[in-house]
Amino acid sequence: MEWFARLGAGTLDKLSAFGRATFVLLGAVVAKPRPLKHIPLTIKQIYVVGVQSLSIIIVSGLFIGMVMALQGYTILVDYGAEGSLGPMVALSLLRELGPVVTALLFAGRAGSALTAEIGLMKATEQLSSLEMMAVDPLRRIVAPRLWAGMISMPLLALIFSAVGILGGHLVGVDWLGVDAGSYWSIMQSTVEWNEDVLNGVIKSIVFAFVCTWIAIFKGYDAVPTSEGISLATTQTVVYSSLAVLGLDFVLTALMFGI
Amino acid sequence: MENLIEIESMTFKRGQRVIYDNISLQIAKGKTTAIMGPSGIGKTTLLKLIGGQLRPESGDIRFRGESIPGMTRNRLFTVRRQMSMLFQSGALFTDMTVFDNIAFPLREHTRLSEKIIRIMVLMKLQAVGLRGAADLMPSELSGGMARRAALARSIALDPELILYDEPFAGQDPISMGVLVKLIKELNDALNLTSVVVTHDVTEVLTIADYIYILAEQKIIGSGTPEQIKQSDSPLVQQFLRGEADGPVPFHFPAQSIEHELLGA
Repeated sequence: MEWFARLGAGTLDKLSAFGRATFVLLGAVVAKPRPLKHIPLTIKQIYVVGVQSLSIIIVSGLFIGMVMALQGYTILVDYGAEGSLGPMVALSLLRELGPVVTALLFAGRAGSALTAEIGLMKATEQLSSLEMMAVDPLRRIVAPRLWAGMISMPLLALIFSAVGILGGHLVGVDWLGVDAGSYWSIMQSTVEWNEDVLNGVIKSIVFAFVCTWIAIFKGYDAVPTSEGISLATTQTVVYSSLAVLGLDFVLTALMFGI
Repeated sequence: MENLIEIESMTFKRGQRVIYDNISLQIAKGKTTAIMGPSGIGKTTLLKLIGGQLRPESGDIRFRGESIPGMTRNRLFTVRRQMSMLFQSGALFTDMTVFDNIAFPLREHTRLSEKIIRIMVLMKLQAVGLRGAADLMPSELSGGMARRAALARSIALDPELILYDEPFAGQDPISMGVLVKLIKELNDALNLTSVVVTHDVTEVLTIADYIYILAEQKIIGSGTPEQIKQSDSPLVQQFLRGEADGPVPFHFPAQSIEHELLGA
């Protein structure tokens, strides 16, 4: 019986958190736009969450592309099909690894930072003081970060895939001796714009929305103490990663399933 | 005398815990009103109630006769431009210089040119003696300087009302003296209304025109500093003299020690 009560209390907790998260989202997004004020703020945030994530994205993309070429080559070469290495690397990156790994890295690199930053602003009364200055913190602090995340992540995912394909070329063509012509030309004839590239970008936009939303909500809703912020940061990374992996399955089933 | 703020039979609860039980108080225009009481009784909560960040359970809070809990969000934001709050931590924006912090409310709420904003910011900084610190980041300021910079920010829009949340807490005697002087001078020079929430008895007795003492969810004493000093309420006297035991007990409520230690 007690177990049952705890289940109920837990469910209510989750539901009310979801409600609060929706309010944060609506408060940030639904408002009269003031482009002159908010575009510069958003650009600054794109620099912080996007541009500053570039190095980790490029390095990871390069190595994942290289590893895939190495693994793919050893399997394909048995069947004399090493010419298909190009499309294999490109398709895996554009459809799956690009959006998913970028989202996971983004949650760890930028999402956790967003949560900690907003949580600390709350703990040091900066959010309260904005309120008292008649400036809405949802629009001033939260909205630019949300838009910046949504704009940055799809671009980062594309950069990730592009660097990964080059990494595959480095290992497959330059090292293992796959023919450069077949690497590129079979890739060009196999990869479809709508089916592969666009679907990857759509995935990435969905992940961007979910990851950034979780990050800013966890920061905004954090208990304003050191334990509260550390818990919120951990939750951001855990929830974002789980949401990304779960949603990836759903999206893949919708896009590429029967 | 005209009242800027009137709180009428206001009750506020946090969860099941009653913070204020049916209290009423008035804050006179152009005066400095101090609200004192032991820590942890929700003095900051009172400021947040006045600022409209929290809503009372029942009763009313009026700013110039207009009910704050009854305002729409837009109206509340308009009214808040006439009040400002000095937070205990200062709450300076850590990603901006002192100059930008003080320019922030001007840039948000006015359409003044950068040239005029610069003049206004430097004047406010001059008033708190920090003109030389304009280009420092908040992390480079000492605690007392941060609070003075925050004070400059809170007078940037020339508000009618300033709410001070524990302005003297954790200050060394010199910066305490500076803050006392600043609050007094600003109040006289700008004809502000000030509400000072604090538990520093001596400082408050020198600057306040009227004092309310809160304890146990109620107002236990009020009056001018002279009247408060003469008060025959044992609770008020315990608070003023800082006695460890008295009507406010030293021990947190517990079962008797014999019972707990001997398990009888």
